[in-house]
Amino acid sequence: MILESLLVSAPDWAIRHAPVLIPVVPLIMAPMLALSPSGRLSWILSMVATAASFYFALLTLGIVQSTPGGIIEYWIGNWYLIGIEFRVDALNAMILLLVSGMGFLASVFAWPTIVAEVEKQKISLFLSAFLLCFAGLCGVAATGDAFNLFVFIEISSLATYVLVAMGASRDRRALTSAFDYLIMGTLGASFYIIGVGFLYAATGTLNMAELAAQLPALSGNRSVQVGFAFIIVGLGLKAAMWPLHQWLPNAYGYSPSFVTMFLAATATKVALYAMIRWLFTIFNPEFPFEQAIFTFVLAPLGIAAMVVCSFQAVFQTDVRRMLAYSSVAQVGYMILGISIATTDGVSAGLLHLFNHALMKGALFMAIAGICINYKGTTIRDFAGLGRSAPLTMAAFAIAGLSLIGVPLTAGFISKLQLGYALFEHGWWWAVLLVVFSSFLAVFYIGRILQSVFFLPPANPRKSRKEAPLLLLVPLWILALANIYFGIDASFPAGLARDGAVAALGLEAFP
Amino acid sequence: MKGDHHMILRVIAKCLIPLIVIYAFYVQFHGEVSAGGAFQAGVVLAVALILNALVFGLTATMRAVPPWFTRSLSALGVIIYAGVGVWAMLKGGDYLEYQALFGEGPGGHDGQHAGIIIIELGVLFAVSGALTTIFYALAGRVAEIRDEDW
Repeated sequence: MILESLLVSAPDWAIRHAPVLIPVVPLIMAPMLALSPSGRLSWILSMVATAASFYFALLTLGIVQSTPGGIIEYWIGNWYLIGIEFRVDALNAMILLLVSGMGFLASVFAWPTIVAEVEKQKISLFLSAFLLCFAGLCGVAATGDAFNLFVFIEISSLATYVLVAMGASRDRRALTSAFDYLIMGTLGASFYIIGVGFLYAATGTLNMAELAAQLPALSGNRSVQVGFAFIIVGLGLKAAMWPLHQWLPNAYGYSPSFVTMFLAATATKVALYAMIRWLFTIFNPEFPFEQAIFTFVLAPLGIAAMVVCSFQAVFQTDVRRMLAYSSVAQVGYMILGISIATTDGVSAGLLHLFNHALMKGALFMAIAGICINYKGTTIRDFAGLGRSAPLTMAAFAIAGLSLIGVPLTAGFISKLQLGYALFEHGWWWAVLLVVFSSFLAVFYIGRILQSVFFLPPANPRKSRKEAPLLLLVPLWILALANIYFGIDASFPAGLARDGAVAALGLEAFP
Repeated sequence: MKGDHHMILRVIAKCLIPLIVIYAFYVQFHGEVSAGGAFQAGVVLAVALILNALVFGLTATMRAVPPWFTRSLSALGVIIYAGVGVWAMLKGGDYLEYQALFGEGPGGHDGQHAGIIIIELGVLFAVSGALTTIFYALAGRVAEIRDEDW
């Protein structure tokens, strides 16, 4: 309804170029920010850029939903069949909407936390790196070219390493964690590109749709299988699939709190999207070697992630590291959903991906608000904050409950869907493990909430100090979204279902 | 510059640097018809500056080509590249569609020529600027902890 009125009011050029403008606007804005003399101006421009991307992402979603077949094709430079293609279907459109929406909210609340954590003369460059990262993530989600996807992954990753390292002014360990991330991330990207190389050798094309058309005839080819393995490992590294997640807790724990929030809500999600795209659209789940991967690799790894990392989260003392481990566990849920390889399973995974972005976005945003006024992020530092910063912490609590999966929150819906999909597949034991790991989530979120609401402040002289309004508004938008999508899940569930249908190559919008 | 310690080095470098710069531009503008292109040209151009810094000292080079300039140069390069894409869009083509730059029909090649040259210029700026900036950052880095403090 809103989408339709947007489509009607949009100018022709916007509708024609919407898919490519989503990454291009921030990509052009980023070097301009690097030249900008004032930090505040940079911040306003970065908001304009992310807002524009969000607008174009909404348009793209509208166009995809109203086109028969549900696919937009855009050839860069109008080089039909030989150039780079941007190809958007219901799956990309959902991810683009998620990334650009979270990017916009992140850039709105960026100002107070950046001023508190980043040196003044570096603010413009910092925001420039943020926009590059944002453009890269949008590009990954929009492109229909296997090599171009690698380029966009590298754009976003290189910017991310810089952003993580910027946490060094607060905690020197940010430097080593950025270096770890650089090594692991580069390994992941190299594995991906090696895999693409193998496929190129076998098929002679880099276009995803073309690859998808050629691969069924080559499914017995050894180099295709090797390429598949490389690509899944590479993207698994980027998506923090257990046990390739070692870079994530440190990168989230020591980077500036703004970066943590943005990365937690988008980066691993985009890598997971790329994985779904490869698993279902380009390769075919019917291939025998892929079925073996689903049953014997992805499902056990997903389950291991959600149990092991939930355990690890329980024993963390730092709130951000705790939530980082929880992120790896949540990635486990998504991978478990994907590994069922049915429409239900993939759509449950996608729905959890969407909801998890909302929860972790809200949680890390609340933590950013705490960092501005209270510095420390250990659980002990959080004692009594429920009285000092009630609004921030109430939103934190809502998102925390959603993370556990309490009824009437978004997290409940996606876990329920995942449970249904698992039951239908006959994996009732996996449902038990999902419930078990949710209990672990009760423990670790409960530890924080108990400290926040029931302990006296560690430092009684701390006065009542709320996070700034600029942070509270996007924070509460996310928190209320968690509740709203827990009561009426038709919008994200519809997106996820359409996305799953599109991923599996069925007719999305007949 | 005490004494004529590195006289030979300095004289040779003085002769070489202009040649390197000219060679960079040769690679740049000949890239269209032969091997090479803007990336290589940018690297060669940056090499001229790095040689200058090695022989005549970092501070002298930074005074001639200040770090803010190299940084802005690389940003400008990206803007030029992406700007050509937007220019094509404004002219009614797709992103980076050179053919549309001057609104030519299918027979015309001016847009293709201009587009590729402008874009290569953007790449030259971006690559030489970025490489020099990286060199400055590495060479100009001061240890935060002195060696005795370890």
